[in-house]
Formats: sequence, structure tokens, C-alpha cells
Amino acid sequence: MARTVWDSSVGKKTVMAVSGLIMLSYLVVHMLGNLKIFFGSDEFNGYAHWLRTIGEPFMHYEWTLWLVRIVLVVAVIAHGVSAYQLSRRDIKARPSKYVHKKPRASYATRTMRWGGIILALFIVWHILDLTTGTVHSGGFQEGRPYQNVVDTFSTWYGNTIYIVAVLAVGMHIRHGFWSAAQTLGAGSRARDRALKAVANVLALVLTCGFLAVPVGVMTGVVS
Amino acid sequence: MKLTLRVWRQKNADAEGAMSTYEVDNISSDMSFLEMLDTLNEELILRGEDPVAFDHDCREGICGACSLVINGDAHGPERTTTCQLHMRSFKDGDTIDIEPWRAAAFPVIKDLVVDRSAFDRIIQAGGYITAPTGSAPEAHATPVPKPDADLAFEHAECIGCGACVAACPNGAAMLFTSAKVNHLNVLPQGAPERETRVLDMVAQMDEEGFGGCTLTGECATACPKGIPLVSITGMNKEWLRATRKVKR
Ligand code: HEM
Ligand code: SF4
Ligand code: FES
Repeated sequence: MARTVWDSSVGKKTVMAVSGLIMLSYLVVHMLGNLKIFFGSDEFNGYAHWLRTIGEPFMHYEWTLWLVRIVLVVAVIAHGVSAYQLSRRDIKARPSKYVHKKPRASYATRTMRWGGIILALFIVWHILDLTTGTVHSGGFQEGRPYQNVVDTFSTWYGNTIYIVAVLAVGMHIRHGFWSAAQTLGAGSRARDRALKAVANVLALVLTCGFLAVPVGVMTGVVS
Repeated sequence: MKLTLRVWRQKNADAEGAMSTYEVDNISSDMSFLEMLDTLNEELILRGEDPVAFDHDCREGICGACSLVINGDAHGPERTTTCQLHMRSFKDGDTIDIEPWRAAAFPVIKDLVVDRSAFDRIIQAGGYITAPTGSAPEAHATPVPKPDADLAFEHAECIGCGACVAACPNGAAMLFTSAKVNHLNVLPQGAPERETRVLDMVAQMDEEGFGGCTLTGECATACPKGIPLVSITGMNKEWLRATRKVKR
């Protein structure tokens, strides 16, 4: 069955939808967690520490976090590889363009592909910036995420990269959530408007929620 | 009406093609688009030139043979087949671009004629029922709930023209294939092959080199028979169900 799924364009799209939805649910939780920054340094750093202790004493320190990280890495890779392979197939299936051009045709596809590439690059930078601290702008301090976040959003490039990526996430989810419902066979005529509305709300809430943090730092609400 | 036509001319499958410009005069707004092309061809023949090759058969919107991309739209500006498109949709002095369906799976044979046998092979893979047919059965012999009958009928309208493929930026055949799958899978007559049908037809679709669906909706906008985008959702659902049920 796994072969049937991976070898089929419909199956690969299913992999993309499921991995996309896994990442999407993570993003919702991630966004809500980020908002704790508005309750001050102690609460935010405490929250970050708690993330490492989830499931104790059954789980060891950071085990749950690593479990989540593994699921996410698998999801990102599955999503990226299937997106790449399907896009290659799509481009090959349409080798000659029409002489008479229509602008509208590939808005969704283009947004998703370029948006996806932006997101992939962002994910790498984001981890190197705020998880490992490799490319962090200030003196990166393990266990002090509040200060690290303030440092990142005190640089113009930190803000720019982040804001571009968040807008890309919003657009990606706007088409992606509804798409995933179609791919998984959950869409229908009766449900179409509701699904589009949920997609719009999810995209809007995530975009605003994620943007609140750099805006908070830039306006001095978080410092 | 006097019109300028820019038409894709290509000697054969291997030749390089290009757009050629022609002027046509005395076009009546009551003519169909194909009659307008007939007028052009008569002139070309009189001038001793090679007439423009294009596909057509019934000329009444039911066979699916006609296939032209007109000003970038499959079947032109109206939601109908090229043969049912009339010159009243254009204005005197217009320049009209006429191109063949474009997709890797639909190679150009000559001028505006493409090879659509990939669709036949998708049908051969599962677009049929194995129940013995013969003379028309008594209508009440097999009861079909009204909503199912409506759904089947809506999808049975697909004439296999390929406009969906031509309009899709990925050259995907999802709308065509989903029309066939939805049509047969909802009916009791199609039930014995419900799972193998969708698996085999989708596999054949991939095999032919059609692209995948990115849900741009261009196919449904172009379809002269109004097959809706949600048919693709229906096929995805059937495919996932079949993958769970059938061990391969
Ligand atoms: C690694 C970076 C990423 C790449 C390269 C990427 C690329 C793509 C592409 C090309 C599509 C297909 C669009 C279409 O078919 O029209 C897609 C769909 C999707 N993406 Fe992403 N994406 C990435 C990250 C994400 C993230 C972080 C999320 C989480 C919110 C996400 C959620 C989705 C969803 C839900 C879909 C819909 C799946 C479907 O069409 O059935 N993607 N992605
Ligand atoms: S789905 Fe519509 S556009 Fe596609 S082949 Fe059938 S009738 Fe033509
Ligand atoms: S010629 Fe038959 S549908 Fe147009």
C-alpha cells in the first residue's frame, strides 16, 4: 500500500496534505505559545523550560520535545520531497506554453511553489537563529529565549526575513488548508464555503499571531 | 466581419511549428467558429496552400472532437465547445489567436490536431462496466436513488474533449478521469469494479505523463459540460478508499 501511495500522483499529494496538516497544527500551537512573550521574560522563559519537561516523570528531560521535533522533520522532508517531485511532474506535463498568455492561470500554483521555497529557507534560518543560535545576532543564551527573541527582532534583517516568511505562511495556508481538504476527499459542494472560510480565518489568525511578536519588539512593548 | 487570425501551423509531429497570420473577410456573426475556419480553408485551397488541419466531427457539441485554444481559452470565450461557439462572440477587426491543446500527453499531429489517444487508454484502464449489456434493460430493474442518478448523469456529460487538460497549467487529466470515475462508481452497475477502476485509471493517467492537480480550478472553468472541480475531490476520496480496501 505504501508503494501504491508514493508511486501515484494522487497518493503523493495525500502525503503532502497530511504532512502539511501536521505542520499546520504545530504552527497553531507554536503561535499561541509565542504570544506568552507578552507576559514577560519570566513567564516566557518558564514556558520554554516547561516545553522540555513535558511528560515527566514518564519521559526524560527533552524527550517529548525531541519526539515532536522528529515528527516535524519527517513532515517537512515528506512535504518538501513530494512537493518537489509533483512540481517536476507538472512542469514536464506542460512543456510548450501558449503563445496567447493568460495571467490568472497559475496564481495558486506559483504562490505555493515560491512560498514553499521561502518557507523551507526560513525554517533553516529560524532554527539556526533561535534554536541553535549559530547565526544569532546578539549573544545567544541557551534557556533565555525572551532575550534571544528581542535580539533577533532588534535587527532590520531579522524583522524582514521573519515578516516575509510569516506572510508566506499565511498565503500558503490559505490555499493549502482548502487544498488538503480536497486532496483528502473531505471537500464537497455543501462544505466548500465553510472550508474556504476556515482556511481564511486560519491564515489570518496565524499571520497576525506570528506578526504580533516582532511588532511587539519594534514598538517597545516587548523589550 | 473582417478578422486577423494567428494560427499555429506545424507540418507534422516532428516539425517545428509557428504562428502564421491570415486575413479573413465577409465573416457573418451567425457562423460558427469552425465555419469561419472552413471559409479560411476554402481560400487557402484556392490559393494552392495547405489548409489548416483541425479536429471536428459532430459540430453539435456532443462528440468532443473539436479542440482549439482561442485567445488562450480552451474552446474560446464562451462556456461551450468550439463548434458551438459563434462569431457573434467576436468583433469586426479582432485579431484571434488559435492554438492546439498543449500538454505533453497530447502531442501535436498537425497544425491544430493533437493526439488524444491517452484518454482512450485511461478509459481502457477502467472506464467501463463488466455487467453484460445488450438491449436497454427495464428502467426499474435496478433501482438507483435520485441523488446518485443525478450525480452519475452530471458526470456522464463529459464528452472527453480534453479542454480540462489544455487549460490546466500542469497538463493534468484529473477532471476528465474524475468525471468517468464519479459517473460509474456511484451506480450499482459500476460497483463490481469500484476500487480497481479508480486505481487503474489514476495509474494510467500518471503513466501517460499527465501532471497532477494543484486545484487551480482552470479545468472546471474551461469544461464545456460544467463538470465541477469538486469531482476531483470525489475521485480522491474514491482513490483513498480503494487504496485502503485493495491489497496490491
Ligand atoms: C518545506 C517547505 C515547504 C514547501 C517546499 C512547501 C511546498 C508546497 C507545495 C508546492 C504545495 C502544493 C501546492 C499545490 O498543490 O497547489 C504545498 C501544499 C501544502 N502545504 Fe506546503 N510547503 C512547505 C511548508 C509548509 C508548511 C510549514 C506548512 C504548514 C502550515 C505547509 C502546509 C501545506 C498544506 C496544508 C498544503 C496542502 C496540501 C494539498 O494541496 O493537499 N507547507 N506545499
Ligand atoms: S471534463 Fe469537461 S473539459 Fe474535460 S474532457 Fe470532459 S467535457 Fe472535456
Ligand atoms: S465537433 Fe463534436 S463537440 Fe464540437
